[in-house]
Amino acid sequence: MEIKQGEFVFIVGPSGAGKSTLLRILTRELLPTNGEILVGKVDITKIKDRDVPHFRRKVGIVFQDFKLLDDRTVFENVALTLEVQNKSDEEIQKMVEHTLKLVEIWGQRNLFPRQLSGGEAQRTAIARAVVGKPDIVLADEPTGDLDPKTAWGVIQLLNEINSWGTTILMATHNQEIVNTLKRRVIKLKAGKIVSDTKEGKYD
Amino acid sequence: MIRAIAFTKRNIRRTPFQALAASMVMFLTFLVLQIFVILAAGSQTSLRYFESKPQVIAFFKDGISSQDISAIENALQQEGRVTNTKFVSKEDALQIYRERNKNDPMLLELVTASILPASLEISTQSPQDLAPVAEILKKEPVISDVIVPEDLVTTLTSVTRIIRTVGVATVGFLMVFATLVIIMIIGFKIRLKRTEIEIMRLLGASSSFVRTPFILEGLFYGLTGTALAWVISYGLLWYFTPFLQGYLGEVKLLPVNPLFMLALLGGSLALACFVGGLGSIAAVRRYLKI
Repeated sequence: MEIKQGEFVFIVGPSGAGKSTLLRILTRELLPTNGEILVGKVDITKIKDRDVPHFRRKVGIVFQDFKLLDDRTVFENVALTLEVQNKSDEEIQKMVEHTLKLVEIWGQRNLFPRQLSGGEAQRTAIARAVVGKPDIVLADEPTGDLDPKTAWGVIQLLNEINSWGTTILMATHNQEIVNTLKRRVIKLKAGKIVSDTKEGKYD
Repeated sequence: MIRAIAFTKRNIRRTPFQALAASMVMFLTFLVLQIFVILAAGSQTSLRYFESKPQVIAFFKDGISSQDISAIENALQQEGRVTNTKFVSKEDALQIYRERNKNDPMLLELVTASILPASLEISTQSPQDLAPVAEILKKEPVISDVIVPEDLVTTLTSVTRIIRTVGVATVGFLMVFATLVIIMIIGFKIRLKRTEIEIMRLLGASSSFVRTPFILEGLFYGLTGTALAWVISYGLLWYFTPFLQGYLGEVKLLPVNPLFMLALLGGSLALACFVGGLGSIAAVRRYLKI
């Protein structure tokens, strides 16, 4: 399987098919039992542990349950991505402000996660994933906990991010979204690819 | 490093009671350590003082003549062990007594020169000369009593040894205890922040970025506890200086040398860094697998 730079790919399949496992392998959280995974020209299964953080900075991750830190504000949650990259305070201020305005959540920058709606929390999570300008964004069922209207807002945001040239891999169960967007769909079953269609549908 | 310090400050600020508990344990450990060091240094200095000033005091019977005194002094000078002799008359003894008890009129009222004995203070070349000189003096019929500080030196030596042994044992135990407390608190915080650590790792945080704040936290507890212990021990010493000076007499221990206290602070801080650092590094290695 090969995914080109700038593609938007849905990973679909029943629960237990291996969608989340695939994403965890792509973040080097897990190692595959065999095979190789090339990101650019680098096989990430062979990189040393000390180089993993540098690789992960090229990958943004969005989770179904947001995984925001409860004791940090929206701004601080998003800034964390840049803090771990040792960016200066000035850069952090500028990049976080830009991204929060982009995902239309700048007004909530001083709120804590518990004060946010589901959609706002997911926008914060997306802002955290993209603020470091990653090459790839991995989204693990990002609309799973959201109502249909909010879910569409999140998808539109991911679509916009994809339009900048960022590769998006999104694991999802949401049939409506997959069928409407008409993007590449890779279907997994029991850990194997059973279909890979360019403008696929959820079947 | 600046960011690691900022993370450390945030960690401490958000769990103030744990921070206080850890700092207090370190405070108690280092307060005990500093008190023992001060006691050991004080007893050692006293010991050196008495060893460097070997002196026998011979008290005369009443009615002694100046010829008797000169005869004893001449006999001692010929011994070769004696460096100096000083006669203290009854009047001189009263003067010394009055000076030492000038704040207690009751004691002054009851004493007159007639009840105090005249004495001869004899300094010797070395502490080993004290016993032979004392033996010579005891044979003199005009001498009623001879005081040899040899016993005092022996007592001080054993007291110093006890202070050192008890100090090392107590402080050693407290050091182990403090290290375990730091391991426990930092380990607890690592578990508490498991989600945050997991997210930071997925965002690309390096191992040192995740670990450094926890290690700095351990150092912080050690340094704050020790600095506070030093302030308290110095304060106590300063407060009790007038009281202790009365007991110490001619032994020039107090007021304590500020350079000694600064050295004590430096040594304590270095040791605190070791204990705090060791505890936090052990906790990070045990509970933070990256």
